Amino acid sequence: MLSIDFRQIGIVAGKEFWDRIRNRWVLAVSIVFTVFALVIAYFGAAQQGAVGFRSIDVTIASLVSLVIYLIPLIALILGFDAIVGERERGSLDLLLTLPITRKELILGKYAGLGGALAFSTIAGFGAVGVILSPSLSLGALFHYIGFMASAILLGFAFLSLAVMLSVFAADRTRASGLAIGTWFFFVLVFDLLILGALVVTAGEYGGAVFPYLLLLNPADVFRILNVFSLDEVRTLYGLATVFPEALSNPATLGGVMLAWIVGPLAVAIWRFER
Amino acid sequence: MASTIVEARGVTKDFGTIQAVKGVDLSIAPGELFGLIGHNGAGKSTLFKMMLGLIPVTSGTIHLDGEPITGPRFRETRRKIGYLPENVVLYDNLTGLETLYFFADLKAVPRRECAGLLDKVGLAEAASRRVREYSKGMRQRLGFAQALLGQPRLLFLDEPTTGLDPGAIRDFYRILRELRDEGVTMVLTSHILAEIQERVDRLAIMEGGQIRATGTVQALREAMNLPLTLEIAGGAGLREQVARALEGLAIEGIFDAGSVLHIRLARDAKMPALTRLATLGDTLRDLHVREPSLEDVFFGYRN
Repeated sequence: MLSIDFRQIGIVAGKEFWDRIRNRWVLAVSIVFTVFALVIAYFGAAQQGAVGFRSIDVTIASLVSLVIYLIPLIALILGFDAIVGERERGSLDLLLTLPITRKELILGKYAGLGGALAFSTIAGFGAVGVILSPSLSLGALFHYIGFMASAILLGFAFLSLAVMLSVFAADRTRASGLAIGTWFFFVLVFDLLILGALVVTAGEYGGAVFPYLLLLNPADVFRILNVFSLDEVRTLYGLATVFPEALSNPATLGGVMLAWIVGPLAVAIWRFER
Repeated sequence: MASTIVEARGVTKDFGTIQAVKGVDLSIAPGELFGLIGHNGAGKSTLFKMMLGLIPVTSGTIHLDGEPITGPRFRETRRKIGYLPENVVLYDNLTGLETLYFFADLKAVPRRECAGLLDKVGLAEAASRRVREYSKGMRQRLGFAQALLGQPRLLFLDEPTTGLDPGAIRDFYRILRELRDEGVTMVLTSHILAEIQERVDRLAIMEGGQIRATGTVQALREAMNLPLTLEIAGGAGLREQVARALEGLAIEGIFDAGSVLHIRLARDAKMPALTRLATLGDTLRDLHVREPSLEDVFFGYRN
């Protein structure tokens, strides 16, 4: 109904992004990513009795396990405060009397925070990519870039959830509780529930549906995107046979991830405009 | 130019079953310094937020400078408005100047205005310090500078002097008078009635979601017909002479207040009383006519 002014979105996004650069949030998160990634690259294969960088496929598989815990947590912490924080400070009312719509405010916040998260991911994992690059083939480098891109999308999806919580929550305390709950649910509980359901039904009912249920969790989408694109890991995990072909298509998975980014954000805007 | 810059007609606001604002009509003329007073829960914050377009009205209409605040031309309308929320906490990690830059950008106001505004509110020295280091009064002044960005035609100030020391309050009202001379309209709320009673042009008293009275402080006093107090100083036997002189007039009481005599009398007895007191000659050393305070008026309307 009301037109979108991209200049206003850019102003809010710029402020959010530079805030995170200035308070060294971006630096801290980048360092965390670099250090963890380096440790994993060199010691990740220790389970197999070897230390040192082995192959990019195994390294990415180990990084995926790390990123699945870390990035949702970081994204939720980054975003839970976005709207409710302004509301609690009293600055939200002030912002909303300016020539900016609620939609522009949310999109600006999201773009700025998303930019900071993407920047940290690229800087942190990119540094490791540069360090490893002498021992990487072109194909391996391509895989690694794909991993970084999907990690950014994962961050965007959880940031979108965080901003949605921030709109719904009555105060910061509740928003932080909801953020932690969201992390527990998607990162820890969800897979257990699916696994439990599979075991209880002994795979007799709707066994074919279960792989699709994984699409209801952006963390799982990220896992599938990475693990199933790696030949070495596919055979290693022995999963290739049970997984439907339709879900191995990166475009489909990318589309689902996109839905996880757009969906919660759209709900946030809808709610905020009410 | 419209003859009113703020125009509210039949405005109501329901929160569930509670009606917070009940059919408010309000007209504010361009260039007025207008006060909105009422105790907590009287509906003034709700009315304020509806005027700013922060919450929708349940029924009725509000126009600012002839335009609805949430209409398709809302961006132009909002550029004419400055708002200072109550107890606003701005961004700790920005400096005073950066804070103004951010709001100036959103209002499409040139950044070169910002330094001058900081100077106007007395923050020029602190411009490059982080807001984190600001005192409560400095934050309030920064918020005020923010409200003045883009030379707004209409200022909404919610409890603007909270946290300011007496000197800063004087400076603040001096700026408001300058703005009024430039034709800026200001709507302010305050719970410190003594502070605003001599400073606003007109005010509205809100109670129970309704506007009980609107007018100048003097008009409200007269409409309430609250008694006046004459304060008289004089020589020996003053009390007896005064009592005799005022016999037959509507006197509510004569009280000794130290060396001064306080006489409470009905408003329409003022001129006859003064005429008679003048005949006492040298017995009177001094005389003041004291009007009831805004607080008296306010509680008069509440009861």
